[in-house]
Amino acid sequence: MKILVVAEQRDGKVKKAGWEAVRAGRTLADATRGEVIALVIGNAIKEAAAGAGNYGAHRALAVEHPRLSAYSTTAYTKIVAEAAKQSGATVVLIPATSQGKDYAPRVAVRLEAGLAADCTSLSVDNGTIVATRPIYAGKAVTDVRITSPMQVFTLRPNVFTAGEPSATAATVDVFNVTLSEEDFRSVVTDVKQSSGKLDVAEADIIVSGGRGLKGPEHFVMIEELAEVLGAAVGASRAVVDAGWRPHDEQVGQTGKTVSPSLYIAVAISGAIQHLAGMSSSKYIVAINKDKDAPIFQVADYGIVGDAFEVVPAVTAAAKQLLGK
Amino acid sequence: MKLIACVNHVPDTATKVNVASDGKSIDRTGVNFIINPYDEFAVEECLRQKEKNGGEIIAVSLGTDVHKETLRKCLAMGVDKAVLLKDDGARDTFGVAKALAEYLREQAADVIFFGKQSVDGDDAAVGPMVAELLGIPSVTVVVKVAIAGTKVTAEREIEGGHEIVETSLPCVITAQKGLNDPRYPSLKGIMGAKNKPIEERPASPDASRSTVAAMRKPKAKAGGKIVGTDASAAQELVRLLHEEAKVI
Ligand SMILES: Cc1cc2nc3c(=O)[nH]c(=O)nc-3n(C[C@H](O)[C@H](O)[C@H](O)COP(=O)(O)OP(=O)(O)OC[C@H]3O[C@@H](n4cnc5c(N)ncnc54)[C@H](O)[C@@H]3O)c2cc1C
Ligand SMILES: Nc1ncnc2c1ncn2[C@@H]1O[C@H](COP(=O)(O)O)[C@@H](O)[C@H]1O
Repeated sequence: MKILVVAEQRDGKVKKAGWEAVRAGRTLADATRGEVIALVIGNAIKEAAAGAGNYGAHRALAVEHPRLSAYSTTAYTKIVAEAAKQSGATVVLIPATSQGKDYAPRVAVRLEAGLAADCTSLSVDNGTIVATRPIYAGKAVTDVRITSPMQVFTLRPNVFTAGEPSATAATVDVFNVTLSEEDFRSVVTDVKQSSGKLDVAEADIIVSGGRGLKGPEHFVMIEELAEVLGAAVGASRAVVDAGWRPHDEQVGQTGKTVSPSLYIAVAISGAIQHLAGMSSSKYIVAINKDKDAPIFQVADYGIVGDAFEVVPAVTAAAKQLLGK
Repeated sequence: MKLIACVNHVPDTATKVNVASDGKSIDRTGVNFIINPYDEFAVEECLRQKEKNGGEIIAVSLGTDVHKETLRKCLAMGVDKAVLLKDDGARDTFGVAKALAEYLREQAADVIFFGKQSVDGDDAAVGPMVAELLGIPSVTVVVKVAIAGTKVTAEREIEGGHEIVETSLPCVITAQKGLNDPRYPSLKGIMGAKNKPIEERPASPDASRSTVAAMRKPKAKAGGKIVGTDASAAQELVRLLHEEAKVI
């Protein structure tokens, strides 16, 4: 099968989730004697596109346009659909980032393709792709088969591995798409980055705090540990609803679903809605003074103790270990 | 201004999910169903836009008769009209989007609000699919929206920040938590909703393009380790994370 993979970039650099998708595409291609074509969309991104070879793409397509330095749902939909049609791809892989999730359903409709969203694994059975995707925020998982000839999958970031880059660069062909005013009917006019903040959805390590911290001022403790570990700060809904932390830090069924390598839950009870969003993390640490808190049921390592004493001690020990 | 909210009826988030005997769906015994939490933001936003610009609000849901409960809640919150597209099958997101789009095309609304995602299937797909079927723009995961004339400015959540998106009416908006605080229906609203009619129409035939081959519960974690009961366990925890788990 011919597989088109969108390697999402930001500021001219392909994101980790983009390379993960390219590598996932290569695995499918190897199982079906197929070809992986990486697609990079933006402005001045040819060099980034060549990097797709390092992660297994057989070749790359670059779509460049000055107006594509900003994201546009309508333009991306057209470009990805056209690239799939013209390259003869029957499978399209898109990272399930905030951008990918925004246009992938439209691409699927335009290609008359079925969509399996936010997949955590793809395998090939008798020549057809079986996609595994969590539902109910991870309380259950399903195996999905797309029944249409064209198929679109979005892949959850941080789950597929990009692997070690090889030294093979991909040949990059410029792919021309005619874009008219109509194709820029919706455009991003501004991006407000929370200054230098690592987002829970992208972080490899997350330190989350809950209501047991008793007040917003005590999150300094969480921030310090996060800083030492290079982690993002997360929060339970209780503290977001109380206004202690911004909403974009909320982890859980009505917040973000995360699967980092390490999730440290501090003074979080582990309500079912919270567990739903984080229980697929590779390693979970719970720090809670209540030994019966449900969070311990999903934790790999736990400390039953007072967060106000334990967290600073963990921060100090990590600092020492990491030489910071 | 004509406003439409698409609302789904889903298991409440406290539900402990069990797989039914068919191995492909959830066991519904004892499960409490509610309006999809994100769809409440969609309904609330319709009410607020109507307060500003006047107009009419329709809430529409595709599903079995049980979806009427969610539609009644929308009526109680203050929407003008509720429509049930009757269907008792299990559709995928395209199957749902196609049938909704057929109804919505007829209605020619100015803004169609959706939730960011249904908390059952977690697809986050129906809104943008409907927009594509109707040939109108969509902005997803929106936490702020301003409409001036036909110009729409929306703020959407992305990794580590927000994006400001400009587009025009008619359009689809999918609501994220933070867009507003949904109101509680008043007693008068609840009483009134009991007598309001819910229009029923057959949903157009299922056009799904995927099937669920199997459903299961995720693998349970092997029992964890309690490293200690006070600050003195910190050293050991850090050592385990470094040497055993190799994550720091
Ligand atoms: C529709 C709906 C959606 C929801 N979605 C989400 C969601 O997405 N994410 C989410 O997180 N929640 C969600 N919830 C809320 C969820 O049910 C819980 O209320 C919430 O997760 C509790 O947050 P918490 O663990 O911080 O607080 P609590 O449950 O109050 O737990 C505090 C914990 O801190 C411990 N503690 C107290 N003091 C200390 C100390 N000094 N040291 C160590 N430990 C201490 C306590 O033992 C306790 O376990 C949702 C609820 C509903 C109804
Ligand atoms: N059966 C349905 N009836 C009406 N609206 C729906 C239905 N299913 C999904 N939606 C809408 O589409 C949004 C996204 O759903 P989903 O793509 O299933 O995650 C929901 O928040 C609803 O606004």
